Amino acid sequence: MGTLSERILNGTAGEYVDRAVDRAYVHDGTGVLTLEAWESMGERRLQDAAHLHVLFDHIVPANNSTTAALQHELREFARSSFLHFSDIGGGICHQIMSEGIVLPGEVVVGADSHSCTLGAFGAFATGVGATDMAAIWMTGETWFRVPESIGMHLSGIFTGAAEAKDLALTYVSKLGMDGANYQALEFIGEGTAKLLMDDRLTLCNLAVETGAKAGMFYADEVTMQYLATAGHTVKSQEPEPCRYVRDLDFDLSDIVPVIAVSPRVDNVKPVHDLAGLPLDQVFVGTCTNGRYADLARFARIVKGRNVAVRTIVVPASRSVLQEALRTGVLADLVEAGCTIGTPGCGPCLGAHMGVLGEGEVCLSTANRNFKNRMGVGGEIYLSSVSTAAASALEGEITEPEVA
Amino acid sequence: MQGKGPAVCVGADIDTDLVIAGRYLRTKDHSIWVAHVFEDLDPSLASRMNGAVIVAGKNFGCGSSREQAAIAIREAGVVAVVAPSFARIFFRNAINVGLPLIEGILSCTEGNLVTFDLAEGWVEAEGNKYTIRPLSPRMREILAAGGLVNYWRTSR
Repeated sequence: MGTLSERILNGTAGEYVDRAVDRAYVHDGTGVLTLEAWESMGERRLQDAAHLHVLFDHIVPANNSTTAALQHELREFARSSFLHFSDIGGGICHQIMSEGIVLPGEVVVGADSHSCTLGAFGAFATGVGATDMAAIWMTGETWFRVPESIGMHLSGIFTGAAEAKDLALTYVSKLGMDGANYQALEFIGEGTAKLLMDDRLTLCNLAVETGAKAGMFYADEVTMQYLATAGHTVKSQEPEPCRYVRDLDFDLSDIVPVIAVSPRVDNVKPVHDLAGLPLDQVFVGTCTNGRYADLARFARIVKGRNVAVRTIVVPASRSVLQEALRTGVLADLVEAGCTIGTPGCGPCLGAHMGVLGEGEVCLSTANRNFKNRMGVGGEIYLSSVSTAAASALEGEITEPEVA
Repeated sequence: MQGKGPAVCVGADIDTDLVIAGRYLRTKDHSIWVAHVFEDLDPSLASRMNGAVIVAGKNFGCGSSREQAAIAIREAGVVAVVAPSFARIFFRNAINVGLPLIEGILSCTEGNLVTFDLAEGWVEAEGNKYTIRPLSPRMREILAAGGLVNYWRTSR
């Protein structure tokens, strides 16, 4: 009995527990600090390298020699210590962990706030900082406060041009940027059954934007089928009677295309209200919306036409890029005038390629639109892939058409 | 653990991008983070950090898990951060790098003295004394050790 968090962490909401972690991962940004802290802890012991992953995604390829030197050090360590290692071009850490590595019921920690993405598999997945991760490298475990959970009751199916990202932004708006602080979001109800794994990953990805520790779906037929293609046979998880601190109902058929207006993720308005706002850049990608289905959806809309504004498309992983290459989606994107980036986080965090200039406006499929995040003086608006595609064709914010 | 310092007031929902921007992250040189701390919020803040107590609105430290945010604030000489609530990853990070956080609601007047005693569980400003929500026993141990690295070096 209990919420999925309570069952996986084997504790009661509010209780502090020490738990072994099944998967722990860092990227090129947080990995550098993790390695430094781990070395400072003195023992230089790795509990179980087979469960530790280092994945380069934040600044790929390196933008200058300082970054290159930091990446070199971490790369050499990962290789010499036999950690799972994914070099530049492999893709975004959360995406790679979602391609057949993380399984239902696991305890997963990533040194990145969007590690909550992996709750889509019915895992308890959450973000930690670098020093916490260093201790996890050393001991294989960490402490958790078992979170209270909010029941996110989904019903119906998407109609019109709305998609999972629109629901994600809608729930962030409803909860606010700290509405689920220290809590977990559990997506349940008949509306979940029709959501594909891509949709679930997008929905769990935004959980941290409400302050949530985790966003979770129960593993079901969809999960089992997805993981079967990666060679895993897993069992479904059945919801049990449990106590939610709060219940929110979402009828998917009520969801409309929306945009989160700079500089807050919870500042959400219908696309309709912002139509006509001129854009300087469109960015499609990230751990939110950089999967194959996202690229294919974008390509379907822009195919045979030309984008009217500079448009950067960054596949979330090499697998995504390969599939887009194989199916012709990549050709459609390039022919429409899109610029394709190395699989990874791209310009999302404003540390290298694709940054904005003073006064520029970017429509992005990412998850954060904080002040100056993609460049000093630049403004970020967040939307679904369909809204981004319709807007890229017009060079201004444009309502997507019903597919 | 006791401390005091002049208040520096900041708003609610201060994200870690505002504490230290992505463009400054790729280094191990802490002085770069100290030089640019809060730059995108208010470039004048960095020079007022040493010895100060930051008094913030709710949800301080939301967003990215970047631990550089907590390190930058500590290295800039901030004595403690007071806020009604903190984002959870920042909360853990701050304690892990030995930066005291105080969960409490405090009215803030720039420059006024803020005093606190974590062991006794109070914070005081402008003659008003407030009770602090206590840290978990584990977090108290980590903070007392000066952070998680020292906790592992000394207590195990």
